[in-house]
Amino acid sequence: MVHAGIAGYGVYVPYMRIKIPEIAKVWGKDGDKSARGLGVYEKSLGAIDEDSATFAVEAARRAFEHCKLDPQRVEAAYVGSESKPYAVKPTASIVAEALGSTPHLTAADFEFACKAGTAAIQACMGQCIAGMIDLGLAIGADAAQGRPNDALEMTAGAGAAAFIITSKKEEQIATIEKTYSYTTDTPDFWRRSHAEFPMHAGRFTAEPAYFKHVGECAREIMKRTGTKPSDFDYFVPHQPNGKFPVRVAKLLGFTEAQVKPALVTPFIGNTYSGAAMIGLSAVLDVAKPGQRILVTSYGSGAGSDGFIITVNDLIDQKRPPKERHFFELINNKTYVDYATYAKHRRKIKSM
Amino acid sequence: MKHPLPLIWRMIPEKYYIMGSHCSTCKNDFFPFRQICPNCRRLGKVSEKRMPPTGTIYSFTEVSAPPSGFEFESPYPLAIIELDNKVKILAQIVDCPMEKIKIGSRVTMRFRRVGDDDEESAISYGYKFALIEDSASASAPAPSAKADKPAKASKATAAKG
Amino acid sequence: MRGVSIIGGGLSKFGERWDKSFRDLVVEAGTAAVIDAGIEGREIQAIYGGCMSSGRLVGQEHVGALFADFLGLNPIPATRCEAACASGGVALRAGFLAVASGMYDVVAVGGVEKMTDFDSADVAIALGGAGDMEHELFFGATFPALYALMARRHMLEYGTTEEMMASCSVKNHKNAVHNIYAQYRNEITIEDVMNSGYIASPLKLLDCSPITDGAAAVILCASEKAKKFRKDPVEIIASSQASDTISLSNRHCMTELHATKVAAADAYRHARLTPKDIDVAEVHDCFSIAEIMAIEDLGFFEKGKGGPASLEGLTALNSEISINTSGGLKATGHPVGATGIKQAVEIMWQLQGRADKRQVNDAEIGMTHNVGGSGATAVVNIYKRL
Repeated sequence: MVHAGIAGYGVYVPYMRIKIPEIAKVWGKDGDKSARGLGVYEKSLGAIDEDSATFAVEAARRAFEHCKLDPQRVEAAYVGSESKPYAVKPTASIVAEALGSTPHLTAADFEFACKAGTAAIQACMGQCIAGMIDLGLAIGADAAQGRPNDALEMTAGAGAAAFIITSKKEEQIATIEKTYSYTTDTPDFWRRSHAEFPMHAGRFTAEPAYFKHVGECAREIMKRTGTKPSDFDYFVPHQPNGKFPVRVAKLLGFTEAQVKPALVTPFIGNTYSGAAMIGLSAVLDVAKPGQRILVTSYGSGAGSDGFIITVNDLIDQKRPPKERHFFELINNKTYVDYATYAKHRRKIKSM
Repeated sequence: MKHPLPLIWRMIPEKYYIMGSHCSTCKNDFFPFRQICPNCRRLGKVSEKRMPPTGTIYSFTEVSAPPSGFEFESPYPLAIIELDNKVKILAQIVDCPMEKIKIGSRVTMRFRRVGDDDEESAISYGYKFALIEDSASASAPAPSAKADKPAKASKATAAKG
Repeated sequence: MRGVSIIGGGLSKFGERWDKSFRDLVVEAGTAAVIDAGIEGREIQAIYGGCMSSGRLVGQEHVGALFADFLGLNPIPATRCEAACASGGVALRAGFLAVASGMYDVVAVGGVEKMTDFDSADVAIALGGAGDMEHELFFGATFPALYALMARRHMLEYGTTEEMMASCSVKNHKNAVHNIYAQYRNEITIEDVMNSGYIASPLKLLDCSPITDGAAAVILCASEKAKKFRKDPVEIIASSQASDTISLSNRHCMTELHATKVAAADAYRHARLTPKDIDVAEVHDCFSIAEIMAIEDLGFFEKGKGGPASLEGLTALNSEISINTSGGLKATGHPVGATGIKQAVEIMWQLQGRADKRQVNDAEIGMTHNVGGSGATAVVNIYKRL
């Protein structure tokens, strides 16, 4: 059976950061306490001339730069986001044009809250395995909207990760052995068509939503493959803050050492559709050939996409250069205050 | 300024990936694309060619009195960049403080929105450039180790699932 | 080709003319020119009018026809000329060619711009059209930004300083104190310029010509018939024009305006003169750096020495060469289409000894230099008393 795999990946995080206490103080909250409680210390934000489409293009260009494959070979391009610049008009076609992949390809945008990007990976995988395409591009990109004075304002970050999916074993830096998804209709977090900011159901977003779906997905994919937590070197769950992923890892029987390399949210906030994929990128930056990774993304609404990934020898040749490793690239940053943040995120009325 | 849709569409190749032209008669590159080679005119054999995405700053300014449609970005750095094929191009510089911009700085192409967005019209995307950081010039270190300690389960605050 | 002379000229007051519409300004300057020439309207055989932005700002195109109509001159031929800030200069040249060719004996040439009714950010867009809309203005490059990019290279390559640029503005304001038509008649100091706030670094507010309403007009006549109208016509002994790339980034050299050099060389050759022969010149100081480049490109000072020369006062009234005795674009104001004609009126007054307290002693040969955009058009004329 043909297995689809990852041929290359790229991450883009915008330049600006705002510290959580800087947001908290505007609303009269204890900044340090908020940051500690969330496990998030600062979050990234795009400039006024950035959006999830520009993030997607940057991440995709980097992915191709790193693995040196020809973007013209892309036959399917999918972008998952919950902050698309257009409600109607695909980001995927913008990315395809910017890469020079047009016109012989299919493209579409995906939405499933934070798991839109991993759903795109599954779509590429299916087409590769079916022999419909040889090379696909799946991107998770978000410039998430943070409602003023809401807890999520403190964690809603910005960024993107692009994954090039290939059917050819000889191009795979990592092979995706299995994918499985757990999906129910659970309205824990949503945004109506005309609303500017999402709504969420408070504490309901934890147990019946995040923990249930990530937990069930991980358990079931391990059951179906006869694996257990100790069979994996890394666990990459979705990470809406710095606490949930650590807690779910513990509940499932993973160690802190298995999940820590994937934790990106404490440094850039929750990048929504980008989160699990950026987490996976951070792991691939350091993973060695032969190591195994379990990924479980989560998207509100709700669902969890699981992937079991084995790292191949080729990774040593096609890894991004050191300055593009997640924990290096986030050092290119500058801090802004709440007023500058509000300006760039267009939170000032009548902007 | 709002541009008509067909104009935005026609400009995509040059704005998304700096598509210019090359004359194989005089062996020069040109940007923007020209049907007529200024050196060879009728004798020129012109074809499309992508310009390289990296270059060096040739001159720069900081614009503090913006034209309409650029008010929210102001002030912004503007530079003439000499690309690696010696073609010059005018573009904004992004993601760095003014003090870091110098004649001779190396820059690389970025993909950004251009001009203001009125939230109804089509968006103009195009090239801007960012300084190429050398790995020695990393700024503030990552936050403290506190972020890595697991929380007490019961204290989790309401958060995005 | 026969000789062409100016037999009369007139200006409207330059400034924020809330009281006057676009066509009112045309009438103000046009009437002054006709009266100065001592002619009757029916003697004018054609009109050429320069205007850059009337379509975009005022919403009025077809201004040639408008000029003829409101000056009461229908049905003579009326044509609008446009070359951005050199619209006046190219209109003047069109009128010159029309008379030189023998087609007409007497033509009127005018230039006008109505700018101050509008928001300055919108004016910046309109003026930005003088550059490359798709590759410069598209990215937010205003006119000050384009000249700032040239300034920074000039500073790097020749050691030109912000103080040297400031000295041009100071000198121009000083000259304008004695110009009743000027928008700004106050003296300023180098310190005032240095403190005036950046518009596009290194150019500051007082390095930049203002937004102005105004009009200017001249009456041209075949030299062989000019003395019928007055005893002291001023002949245009050379009129040259050149073009260059519209985009600054396509230029070969960013510390000079090649079009100026080409037009100037052609004008000197035609008039059989050298830069040393020029006594007074109105040059295109849309920005202070533009004046420095102009006095180099026109050959008055060596390349790179324009800055020191300005700072040392070598371009002041009655110094080595009197530059911009009117106050230039900086202090008189820059109603875009009118500037090229205003320059000709100033030179006419200088060579006729009518420049009052701005008079250059023994002025015999004058020059006007009018530029469009960041240098894509340059018009250079040389004048002498007939």
